[in-house]
Order: sequence, then C-alpha cells, then structure tokens
Amino acid sequence: MDLVARLLAGDRRALARAITLTENEDPAAARLAAAVYPHTGKARTIGVTGPPGAGKSTIVDGLTHLYRREGRRVAVVAVDPTSPFSGGAILGDRIRMRRGAADPGVFIRSLATRGHLGGLSWHTGSVVRLLDAAGFDTILVETVGAGQAEVEIMRYAETTVVVMVPGLGDEVQAIKAGILEIADVLAVNKADREGADRLVRELEIMLRMDGSVGRGGPLARKEGPAAGSEPGADAAGPEPWVPPVVKTVATTDEGLPELLRAVEAHHEHLRATGGLERWRRRELAAEVRGLVRDLAGQAAHAWATADGAWEELLGRVQRREIDPRSASEGLVQEFLRHAGSGGPGARG
Amino acid sequence: MRVLVAKPGLDSHDRGAKVVARAYRDAGMEVVYTGLHQTPEEIVEAAIQEDVDVVALSILSGAHTTLVPRVAELLRAQGADDVLLLVGGIIPEDDIPAMLEAGAAGAFGPGSDLDEIVEFTRSNLRRRGA
Ligand SMILES: Nc1nc2c(ncn2[C@@H]2O[C@H](COP(=O)(O)OP(=O)(O)OP(=O)(O)O)[C@@H](O)[C@H]2O)c(=O)[nH]1
Ligand SMILES: [Mg+2]
Repeated sequence: MDLVARLLAGDRRALARAITLTENEDPAAARLAAAVYPHTGKARTIGVTGPPGAGKSTIVDGLTHLYRREGRRVAVVAVDPTSPFSGGAILGDRIRMRRGAADPGVFIRSLATRGHLGGLSWHTGSVVRLLDAAGFDTILVETVGAGQAEVEIMRYAETTVVVMVPGLGDEVQAIKAGILEIADVLAVNKADREGADRLVRELEIMLRMDGSVGRGGPLARKEGPAAGSEPGADAAGPEPWVPPVVKTVATTDEGLPELLRAVEAHHEHLRATGGLERWRRRELAAEVRGLVRDLAGQAAHAWATADGAWEELLGRVQRREIDPRSASEGLVQEFLRHAGSGGPGARG
Repeated sequence: MRVLVAKPGLDSHDRGAKVVARAYRDAGMEVVYTGLHQTPEEIVEAAIQEDVDVVALSILSGAHTTLVPRVAELLRAQGADDVLLLVGGIIPEDDIPAMLEAGAAGAFGPGSDLDEIVEFTRSNLRRRGA
C-alpha cells in the first residue's frame, strides 16, 4: 500500500515518514500534500506559545490528557530551535509529555526550526495537515519559547494560548511585545509561585483597557471581513471576544480543566460568529497568494535566465543604470507579454 | 539525521545522556531527548513517531542485558529494524558481544570517546537518505 493510503488508514509509521519527507522538502512532498488535502480541515488547532520554560510542554501534556478523556485523538507538534552554529538541535519537549507516551490516541512530533524565524518550523502548516488527514481531531502546536509574541502561530492555530508566568519581571514589556494581540486565551502558569494573582489582575486590566483588543488583536484577524467581502461589512460586528485569563499549575493539573474550557469557549465563539470560516478563508488566501508569488517569480526568473537577459539586467542594476524596482517591473511586464503570446516557453 | 537519545530503566541521573545528546547536536544532528525512566515500549513508540534514524540508549543501572534485547525486539516488531540501535553507559567489556548479538549495532562502555561515538553513528547509518 502506498504511503498516502497507509497514512489515511492511520498507520503511524507512514505518518511519521510523511512528516519527514515534508520537512526535508523531498520531491515526493508536494504530491503527498496534494493527496492528503481533501482529507483535511477537520481538526481543531490550538497553539501554545510563551517564554522559555514557562511550562508550555507541561500544559500541552495536561491538555492532551484531558482531551483524551473526552475521547478526542490528539496530535502534538513541538518546535525547538536549531543551533545556528552546528545546524543540530536538541528537541526536549517530550520530556514533559509523558502521559500520552504509550497511548495510541496520541501522536507527538518534535520539529526543529531549521533556520525559520517566528518560533515554528518551515513546514508547520503542512505537518498539521498530515496529522489532520491521519485522523487526529485535536492538534496542539507548541512554539519555541520566546520573549516576544510569535505572531506566526496565529496562522495555524484557531485558538492561541499564551502562557505567562509570574516573576519574570517585566510584564509590561511582554505586553508591549504584542502578547495581548496574539492571545485568544492567557494562561498564568506556575500559579504556585508568588505574584500570580497580581499578574492576573494586571493582565485583566490591560485587556480591558487595551484598545487593540477587538481591533488589532485576534478579533480583527478572525472577525473582520472575509477577503473579498464589502469593506466595513463588520462595522456592526459580532460580540468582541475578550481573552480570558486562567491561572494554572501545570505540574499538578490545577486550572487545566478551566484552561481547556476557555479554549473550547473561544472555539465556540469563533464558530458562532462565523469567525472561523472567515479566518480560514483569509489564511488560505494568504497561502495561495504566497504560492502564486513564488511560482510566478520562479517562472519569470527561469524565463529570463534562459537567454542571458537576467545577467544583463543585473549588470545594469549594478552599474546604477536602472534601479532594482524598475528593472523588476520591466522584466515582469516583458515576461507577461511573452506568457500572453504563446506561453513563457516561447522565448527559449 | 535524527537521533533519539533515551534512558530506559531506573537510573537516577542523566548527565551522560545529556552529554551525548549535545555531542550529536554539535555534530549537526537533530536529537530528540525524552528524559529519565522510559519503558522500552515508550522508547520505541517515540522512535516511530519521531521517525529517527538512530536510537541511542544510555543505561547505567546494569539492566542493559534485559533492556537492549527488549528495545531491539520491539523495533523489529514495528518493522523499524532499519533504525540504528546503540547503547552506552556502564556496559562492561564482557557484555558487549551479547549487546551486539541482541541487535545493538554498537556498544560503548565508560570512557568512550564522544567523537568516536558520533563518527560510528554517522558511518553506520542504515536508512536511505538519512
Ligand atoms: N512550580 C511550577 N513549575 C512548573 C509549572 N509548570 C511547569 N513547571 C516546571 O517548569 C519547567 C519548564 O517546564 P516546560 O513545560 O518544559 O516549559 P516550556 O515552556 O515547554 O519550556 P521550553 O519548551 O524549553 O520553552 C519544568 O521543570 C516544569 O516541571 C508550574 O505550574 N509550577
Ligand atoms: Mg517545551
């Protein structure tokens, strides 16, 4: 049986191998992605982000356990940084993810960033789709620990949980760094430590004050107009979602049922307001736009290099005869004319 | 290349395992580290999910004579016998033949050189494209 069929049938080795091929940008990966795509779109995706050592993995382990008790099939993607010096990485999130270790309803995969910035790996989106197609209905994505808001997680997670801990010092700094804008739910973990209540209060005050909540925050992202809809169509938009702040002690599971309920409430809110579909549409639009840009760029480049025009153009740019932008515009226009008059292959 | 560094059994510390993990990382490999007290079943399941090319067991307790054959057997049962199985830690010289017999490709006793372990790993990989 081929890899796709095995993956769809729930074969864990096939799934694991498919993820490797995807990460390694193997030539088979594009075909694989195309074949599984019709089987995706069913899973709930939850992002977990926050500073190094905040307890993200411990929380993911706890949520995994709770979702399993509800009969959900849970997959975890845990990202750790690649060393810029050696290209190697130590992927240690599994140390805190022990409860699902021998459970066939749980699948955990560690990924290295391999130079990708933003707290995720290059292929996070594709890996999530493979897990989705393999029948995992709940997918948790743990980002690299970072002091600032890792915005990219919002592209893959319907609900983003930001984990904070008391005593890290500059809460205001973290808040300035955009934490409030990306959080759909805030977890104040290590609540067994001093300062948790104060942090919760501060966050709640900031959330109520912050004008970005409901505008620049997740609301604008998920509850704004869909791509192509009337501008201003959301003027009388749905009830804004104010991110709840949940106190947790992940090492004892304290507060984790409440955290799970907050995550589910956010999901329900998104569904009820149509925000989920709008968000999905917007993310797909961004993905397809990006791919069109890449593919069109590659085609134009290939066309221009075929007869030396590329080198010639670069020479003119380097001699300051033409600026990069004008050179590119000219090239694209010429490429489009050719593409229109018998296809981009006509030149070679 | 991906390596699982795992500690089966009841060892109470994992300094050695961490040193090996760092050596692999510094050699440019991606190392999944799973912490103390793993059962052979958990190790093999992690090896499958992480699709590693190498499983490196670190054992200090003397339980290698049962743990290594068990991990090897489970890997085979999962059809993952193309994964390179290595064992290190407190492995007496006399036990090494039995480790190799049980399915380990390499066994490294106390005082083994890290570079040697990394080099052995690299040159004995079994999987295509690893
Ligand atoms: N006291 C206390 N310790 C905790 C709590 N949650 C996690 N820890 C501990 O904090 C340490 C880090 O936890 P992890 O779950 O690995 O944190 P992380 O955010 O995933 O870390 P990175 O992935 O390295 O950024 C571990 O030693 C945990 O046992 C908590 O609620 N209270
Ligand atoms: Mg972690």
